[in-house]
Amino acid sequence: MLRYTIRRLIQLVGVVLVLSLLLFAWLRALPGGPVSALLGERATPESREALTKQLGLDQPIFVQYFKFLGRALSGDFGVSTGVQPGDSAMEIFLQRFPATIELSFLAIVIAIAFGIPLGYLAAKRRGGWFDNLSVGGSLIGVAVPVFFLAYVLKDVLSSALGLPTEGRQDAINATRVTGFFVFDGVITQEWDAALNALEHLILPAVALSTIPFAVVFRITRAAVLDVLDEDFVRTAESKGLTAPVIRRRHVLRNAMLPVVTTIGLQTGALLAGAVLTEKVFSFAGVGQALAIGFERRDYPVLLLLIIMATIVYVVVNLLVDLSYAFIDPRIRTR
Amino acid sequence: MVTPTRKKDRIDALAASSADFDAGVSLAVSAWRQLRRSPMFLTGAVIIGLFVLVSLLSPWLAPQDPSEPMLIDQVVKARNEIPPIQPGHVLGGDLQGRDFFSRLLVGSQQTLIVGVLATLIGLTGGLTLGTLAGAFGGWVDSAVMRVVDVMLSLPSLLLAFSISALFARPNQYTVIVAVAVVQIPVFARLLRGSMLAQRHSDHVLAATALGVKPGAIVFRHMLPNSLGPVIVQSTLVLATAIIDAAALSFLGLGNPDDRIPEWGQMLGDVQNVFDTHPQLAFWPAGCIIVVALGFTLMGETLREALDPKSRR
Repeated sequence: MLRYTIRRLIQLVGVVLVLSLLLFAWLRALPGGPVSALLGERATPESREALTKQLGLDQPIFVQYFKFLGRALSGDFGVSTGVQPGDSAMEIFLQRFPATIELSFLAIVIAIAFGIPLGYLAAKRRGGWFDNLSVGGSLIGVAVPVFFLAYVLKDVLSSALGLPTEGRQDAINATRVTGFFVFDGVITQEWDAALNALEHLILPAVALSTIPFAVVFRITRAAVLDVLDEDFVRTAESKGLTAPVIRRRHVLRNAMLPVVTTIGLQTGALLAGAVLTEKVFSFAGVGQALAIGFERRDYPVLLLLIIMATIVYVVVNLLVDLSYAFIDPRIRTR
Repeated sequence: MVTPTRKKDRIDALAASSADFDAGVSLAVSAWRQLRRSPMFLTGAVIIGLFVLVSLLSPWLAPQDPSEPMLIDQVVKARNEIPPIQPGHVLGGDLQGRDFFSRLLVGSQQTLIVGVLATLIGLTGGLTLGTLAGAFGGWVDSAVMRVVDVMLSLPSLLLAFSISALFARPNQYTVIVAVAVVQIPVFARLLRGSMLAQRHSDHVLAATALGVKPGAIVFRHMLPNSLGPVIVQSTLVLATAIIDAAALSFLGLGNPDDRIPEWGQMLGDVQNVFDTHPQLAFWPAGCIIVVALGFTLMGETLREALDPKSRR
């Protein structure tokens, strides 16, 4: 187990190294080169010259790469030119990361809370109207562009439900502790602040959850169908076990393995979806920073956020792989 | 057998599924028999048939010129007014006073081009890498697959966004390239899997024993037998390419030249007037959803029909 974890972490370092090489090449390939990318177009010739020297752009290319790597490792990715001009890229990331975690977490909770029960029911009633309807619905769900759905929720549903559509929290007097607004409200016992932040999360999270929901639903359905065919389910039935016991202990527990993997893989979809959803709802998270960064070509911020997104994606998948051991004892003994 | 879900495993399982089967009729024949009776497949096929037909005929079907701002005098920017529905313009005009219905019709053509070109580029790149890896094995295989794995370790849509941010001046082709590149690793892995599964199969052994040249074995025996899952994936990619292109436009990474319309671009470009003129978004969005659904229905039913496990 430990050896496996270490091997995967080494792999992660490899991926990040290759990625840093690619991003380094990206930075150099940009119109105007790294100096323009890091300083923006309005920089004075003096500051450009100073940065050229500081970056060592007159030195051999591999020396430049190691300098880039060194700065990156110390968290120095340059200063934002478009998202929050003047702030360092790292500051922007640290400030916005909790917002995206809150949003993605709620989205994945929604996807699981609806996807698993519906997937189970659809598999139990295979071929029936409920099955066909929900499979059809899940196919339509992945065909809808995420940002379009977000706009529909924002402009059509928000007024009907009385939910806010902009930002993370209204301008109320709330104490900041961790940067997670809902969590802050709970630990400081400012319940109105927590509730307000939660209300701001609902619509974006619903928009963000559609694709993970559709995937979780379909994988659960397929996995339950596979397990229902197994001999041990028939044995359990013939032993006279009650339906809830068979469902919980025999069917769902065995069907959960592929579902857990899928949830890990959805991190990627969530990160990309957050770019679109957060832009629609002016939600000050990492996704919005990426969206603005793409629009205004804010390369220092983009570089850092893309590296971080990849690390998060790989680490979540590692955690998912490790969690197998807890779900499936067969893997633990291997 | 539990359905594999990890992206890699899923691709590999799909690839292996085509490798061996034995039944009285060929896989293609039995798949077709199954598909012919599947309402899901038929719905998808009808949608796509109509879509292709309309996009081919759209220059003649469109009642007006889609790039001519003929109703511009009815556009009032200050009061946020656009040309209403009127005789000759069944859906009214857009923000530049162009006939909206004609733009939708002609937009199908560019949308089809984006989908097909992106899929073809992804397919060609993936086929080349996958064939290299699957045919040679050994260190070629390891080298190619390491690159592919790094690409797969980035969330694909995020990769597409980043690639298009590389281009200082986006246009139609940068969009297609960005959407296509992220599909290359998927196709490569898929093809490699089914080629590897065949390397030790009887028909390859027989061909080797008969003295068929290695090149001919790869291209005449292994490649044709690996195409099933690739075709399935292509159908699904056609749908994602169109949706991803819309997302690029929405982020301002799409084609800024809107004289020749494309659905994703039409949808992405009206984000600021969504609350006042929702119809400008609903029509292209509806078209994208229906077409994407059509491709997905065809792809999913094809996948089931070509899967030897489901031939019971």
